[in-house]
Amino acid sequence: MSLGNVFDIAAMGMSAQTIRLNTTASNMANAETSASSEAEAYKALRPVFVSSSEKNAANGLLNGSSPADFGVMVREIVESQAPVNKAYEPNNPQANEEGYVFYSNVNSIEEMADMISASRSFQMNVEMMNTTKSMMQRLLSMGQ
Amino acid sequence: MTAINFANALGVHERALHLRTERSAVLANNLANSETPGYKARDFDFRAALQAAKSDKNAMNMSRTHKGHIISTVKSEGVSVDLAYRVPLQASIDGNTVDAQMESAAFARNALEFGSSFRFLNGRFSSLGKALSGN
Repeated sequence: MSLGNVFDIAAMGMSAQTIRLNTTASNMANAETSASSEAEAYKALRPVFVSSSEKNAANGLLNGSSPADFGVMVREIVESQAPVNKAYEPNNPQANEEGYVFYSNVNSIEEMADMISASRSFQMNVEMMNTTKSMMQRLLSMGQ
Repeated sequence: MTAINFANALGVHERALHLRTERSAVLANNLANSETPGYKARDFDFRAALQAAKSDKNAMNMSRTHKGHIISTVKSEGVSVDLAYRVPLQASIDGNTVDAQMESAAFARNALEFGSSFRFLNGRFSSLGKALSGN
């Protein structure tokens, strides 16, 4: 383990948070998307994070103390199980035989909070990288 | 008369600096996993690790006999430290025990202490330089 590993860990953290921001953006954009059946309706997407050591252990690749066991990854992106919003709009071209349309189950307030949380976590990883950068720069000046 | 060697000249600071580096990676891992469900925050006892490094024998490590066993040590260049799990101040519903504020405070403090170890080590180098140049 060296200081360089902190860069890798921070980079993995940033990439995971970027995926989270991407899903939030997709959810927000599709907040008002309608469909003619419950199955077709847009469901909010959520990334599931997993630590690298847990992922490596699941694949039988855990080798104790290697730098590959540090970091975070996105295991999968799951669809929200929340019920979709059903609305009676017989004039809507997407309405089914009974006159219902199905809107997405995206909760905009929840998404906004998630977005702020993701950007804060991203920021934290950037700070971590900056601190490590200054530590490494100090090391380079050793003996001068 | 003892021969000049780096281990004697640099004292404990070289090992301290090394352990600070290790700790920054462990704390960085905690911060990166601050939103991973079920992740347990880890850290090591710096004092004990430094004592173990000073006495040049590794602390008692648990051996992993199965590939699914959780990593309990960080090893590199002769330094081996036991990782322990942090006791959370407040349990969270997803089983994650990372307190981002506590971890970032620990990370910042570790970086500062890295700085002080670095200063001590650098001081040793400059006094070696002075001794060698003789003026």
